[in-house]
Amino acid sequence: MANTQIAEEQSSSEVSSKTVTLKIAKFNPEHDSGTQFVDFKVQYERWTTVLDAILDVKEHLDHSVAVRYSCRQASCGSCGMKINGRPRLACFTKISELDSDVITVEPMNNYPIVRDLVVDLEGMFDTHKKMKPFIINEDSEITNTKEFLQTPEQIEEYIQFANCIKCGLCNSACPTMATDSSFLGPQALTQAYRYVADNRDKGKNERLKIIDESHGIWRCHFAGSCSQVCPKGVDPAMGIQLLRGYLLGFRK
Amino acid sequence: MRESIIMKIHYGTALGAVVLVAVHVLFRITMMSYGDSLQYENVIANYKFVPYAIMLELILVLLSVHGFNGLRVILIELKQGKSYEKAVTYGCLAAMAILIAYGSRTILLTSMGMT
Ligand code: HEM
Ligand code: SF4
Ligand code: FES
Repeated sequence: MANTQIAEEQSSSEVSSKTVTLKIAKFNPEHDSGTQFVDFKVQYERWTTVLDAILDVKEHLDHSVAVRYSCRQASCGSCGMKINGRPRLACFTKISELDSDVITVEPMNNYPIVRDLVVDLEGMFDTHKKMKPFIINEDSEITNTKEFLQTPEQIEEYIQFANCIKCGLCNSACPTMATDSSFLGPQALTQAYRYVADNRDKGKNERLKIIDESHGIWRCHFAGSCSQVCPKGVDPAMGIQLLRGYLLGFRK
Repeated sequence: MRESIIMKIHYGTALGAVVLVAVHVLFRITMMSYGDSLQYENVIANYKFVPYAIMLELILVLLSVHGFNGLRVILIELKQGKSYEKAVTYGCLAAMAILIAYGSRTILLTSMGMT
């Protein structure tokens, strides 16, 4: 029985029935004055991702389309782009789930465009580094040959926020990021919380000082868009509110 | 000043204003009919009742501080730059001081009967 089912699926994949229009934003800041959308007809299956479709176009129809990707499995954070108006990972979005005959792909908002679908994430990496994203502790696991043991409860405090893959979707969805170029942004603020809430870490005061400035944590106005778009379930909006708790004296 | 201190003041003034504005509104609707309470003599009498005048002054200060800090927040999120942000901060502080001074003058003069 199982064998016949597999055979059926294989045979149906040979005659691909569905096509979709992929609208790709083309823009090269070095010599274009504005973005141009180019339409491509692509065939897809139930499992075809938007990234697959873009690579299909790149292989057969237009080699010049610029796209960044690596892992194809929502782990590396390279392929963030705006798909039908919403920031998503192209490798983690199936065409069939979008329920539309036209798929529009554009570069993410709130970042400088390098070319076509590729944006410059350097600014986000800079704010990320500003948060001192490492355990600060004079005791070292390496020199003292002593393990920092944690209970499941202590891990629970921060582990969700450690799932961030630095894809930058949250920063591109954030309305404050859209006008405040100096805002630290949900990605960095959430990472500040991730380390502050880790009981092995002793850098709380240093980090709280960094985020408590005029373009820091207080420029979050609870819109929550970051958590809506995060592909890893990090919930940056929650991280920011928990972090705010330290500054307002609700948390120690 | 640390941003957290400014924002604690911002949230505090909002809470304080909710309480005092509630008292203010309750006074208007419990003492007499709302329409009567807005009659010239009754309004003047309120100002001459010192505890009430002090409360009005407090509302003035709380909402001026809250409102102009809110304006500062909106403006620094709209555009960035060292000199621009400095101008926004001091501009808002100055406007806040002027509004409080002008409002206090009205409250003071009226409560002393110089109208
Ligand atoms: C008494 C009732 C009020 C409460 C409870 C209240 C509360 C708040 C809170 C919590 C914020 C911060 C919002 C955020 O960070 O996203 C805020 C911002 C603000 N408030 Fe008020 N407020 C009140 C009245 C007023 C009044 C009467 C004014 C005008 C004079 C005002 C002007 C502003 C401005 C301009 C902002 C900045 C906008 C923003 O941050 O979103 N508020 N208010
Ligand atoms: S918090 Fe989520 S959306 Fe933001 S960079 Fe990390 S994984 Fe991406
Ligand atoms: S290609 Fe790595 S996250 Fe999409």
